[in-house]
Amino acid sequence: MKTIKTCVTAIISALMVFSNVAYADKWSDQFPHIKATGDIPGECSYESMSKKDYSGKTLKINTHAVPVMGEPTALHAEQFAKLTGAKVDVTHTPAGDLYAKAMVPFQAGQAPYDIVFGFSNFINDWRRYLAPVPKKYTDMKQMKDVTPSHIGIASWDGVMYQFPVDGDRHYLKYRKDVIDNPEYKKKYKADTGKELKVPTTWKEYGEMAAYFNDWDWDGDGEKEYGSAEVMKKDDLMYAAFYSRSAAYSKNPKTPGGFFFDLETMTPLINNPGFVEALTDWVAATKYVPPGGINFGLGDEIGSFGGGQTLFSFSWDDAFVAAMQPDSPINNKVGAAQLPGSTKVWNRKTNSWDEGFNQAPFFVWGWAVGVAKKSKEQEMAFDYLCFFANEANHQADIGIGRFGVNPFRDADFQADVWTQIGWDKDIAQSYVDTLAEMEKSKNRVFPLRVPGTFEFNAALATAAAKALAGQLSPQAALDEAAKQWNDILNRVGKDNVRKAYAVGVAMEDNKL
Amino acid sequence: MNFKHKFVFLFPGLFVLIGILIFPIIFTIRLSLSGWNSYTPEMNFIGITNYIRLFTDDPRFWESFFRLSFLSVSTVILQYIIGFALALMVWKEIKFKRFFRVIFLIPMMTTPVIMTVIWRTFFHESLGPVNDLLGHIGIGPILWLSDPVIAKFTVIIVEVWQWTPFMFLLLLAGLLSLPKEPFLAAAIDGASPFRKFVYVTFPLMAPISIGAIIIRLIEASKIMDTVFVLTSGGPGTATETSSFYIYIKGLREFQMGYAATLSFTYLVIMIISLTIIAKVLTKLMIKE
Repeated sequence: MKTIKTCVTAIISALMVFSNVAYADKWSDQFPHIKATGDIPGECSYESMSKKDYSGKTLKINTHAVPVMGEPTALHAEQFAKLTGAKVDVTHTPAGDLYAKAMVPFQAGQAPYDIVFGFSNFINDWRRYLAPVPKKYTDMKQMKDVTPSHIGIASWDGVMYQFPVDGDRHYLKYRKDVIDNPEYKKKYKADTGKELKVPTTWKEYGEMAAYFNDWDWDGDGEKEYGSAEVMKKDDLMYAAFYSRSAAYSKNPKTPGGFFFDLETMTPLINNPGFVEALTDWVAATKYVPPGGINFGLGDEIGSFGGGQTLFSFSWDDAFVAAMQPDSPINNKVGAAQLPGSTKVWNRKTNSWDEGFNQAPFFVWGWAVGVAKKSKEQEMAFDYLCFFANEANHQADIGIGRFGVNPFRDADFQADVWTQIGWDKDIAQSYVDTLAEMEKSKNRVFPLRVPGTFEFNAALATAAAKALAGQLSPQAALDEAAKQWNDILNRVGKDNVRKAYAVGVAMEDNKL
Repeated sequence: MNFKHKFVFLFPGLFVLIGILIFPIIFTIRLSLSGWNSYTPEMNFIGITNYIRLFTDDPRFWESFFRLSFLSVSTVILQYIIGFALALMVWKEIKFKRFFRVIFLIPMMTTPVIMTVIWRTFFHESLGPVNDLLGHIGIGPILWLSDPVIAKFTVIIVEVWQWTPFMFLLLLAGLLSLPKEPFLAAAIDGASPFRKFVYVTFPLMAPISIGAIIIRLIEASKIMDTVFVLTSGGPGTATETSSFYIYIKGLREFQMGYAATLSFTYLVIMIISLTIIAKVLTKLMIKE
């Protein structure tokens, strides 16, 4: 009996395997993008989409410029058009204009685009103009695999408005070949009396970056530098500042707000925790490459990914770019959680709490929604579901320039990454880093309140003034806090509090 | 022709004028009295609240305005001096005159945004060719874009490169249209080239010089693309100009009402200041 059972199981397994291979061959021949996996069965797979008929219909999409997010949008639009017969018009827009390009017609009651790409922190401003993701899609298998953090980021008060296509968080990237190099360990110890290791605090990060700054430590004949960071005003630099601030200011003993005190709505961004972080950041201008103070995200990716710096911290793109086969530092990089601090500000006692503190920042990332006034909502959601189907997702996350990063539990398996050529230990450290962030109970989520742009822009301007030496860190953040109060008065404290409470509940692990 | 017929002929022109000039200005004024932004998506009426905010609580706008004044005046002065020199050079009978005239015009014919991207690449502090070349002779690296003072001069360099040809073109046209008699008289009197320039060429060129300077000042005061691409107003706010600041408030932060207030105030300031500048230049350069 046991033998018969084993034979039947073997036959069924073989049939399943061969049927998958047959799927893979059929679709990956036409769509080489998924050649590594072939089509993966699911509600929005290539096979499923091929059964839809949207002939004669047009889908209009506004997305980011090529390549980051713009390239996968266009690629999947072309595939979707081939499979369903739909006509798909894709418009590419610079990042800074994505918000206004959707918001102006939204406010005028128009829907020139069925699908609008933007950032996840737009959600509070956009949600009244977006169609909630239908239950049919939220109940799908591919959605069940999305991590709770990213379900939370895509939703507002339990309603999902943004279809998950990307997952974002900031973490540390470092040159493994330097940090693990025994000679450099000895030299660093001899010169500084300290251990060379993956930095666990921002102070250590700064010391190591300063030590490995402005000399040729990889023997390529060119100078290397300490760190590449997004420091350019109006180019996402506020996110970098929040990353540096989290360890000093997100105190697990004082729930109830990271950006504001939820009870009083007093801005917290000029408290000693944030000032300490900005002071560190001003010091960092000494160990970034020449011109590093003007680095935007693209520069940061190019600098670290091109082997110019020891450290970097931001989204996944720089890491994935560094790990691509054509990268000069392929398999020479490591990932770790953002550095922490040896003290954290306690706003209740108005003093520092001594001891190690670390707080992952689930920074905003790419997000996409369907316009409430769109007449092609079904087709639009099908497109998004197809964009994020398992085969496309697995192919997309391995291409650094695409800007599509892990957000599913399945992505946190080292095998996914070793299959595309990553060393096993690097893949393991990468997935462990991401998984640990998901498990952390001291997380910071992006500010998602009415007037988000104003708050972040005020902070970015102030921080940029400090980096440029125009103001001291304390004066800069005092200026930002004053502006935050002005914005609060314009928007209405209660309006902001109501929205901010949603994010605070996530940070306080109540959602 | 009676009075009504005149109106019929005037109406199309008036209609166009109202459509493209008067209506946008009136709309901007109305918008400036509203609090339209991302969280109040309507043309409500908040009186002069935005104007009070601008005049009492927005030093960044005024800083950007004074920075703009410095950038536009200095770029236009440099453009005028270089443009005049180049125009004088090809005004005379020299070899390859036509070739030089075309060469000098090339920067103006290029797309400003594209050229600024190329300049940004040139001036990239760690990867750009300028610092690389300077490094070979032991200079640098110079922080072309990340030092608050040098970044202003980098913006000036790019603006002067791009728009000097425009000045050159206007001044060359002026030189070519000058009467020959004053120059003949000066030659008969044995005037040196320098005295000829000071007492004949420059005074005769004064009217067209004033026109060229005013046109360029109007254009330079709208400087946006160069700043946007080259420095994004940074480092800090070191190169932020009025138009870039208005763009940030309007289209980045979506404070449409407040951005309209800034735009209208800026328009009024520019009309007044350019009128004064034109009067002063006329007084200084044209002697009765």
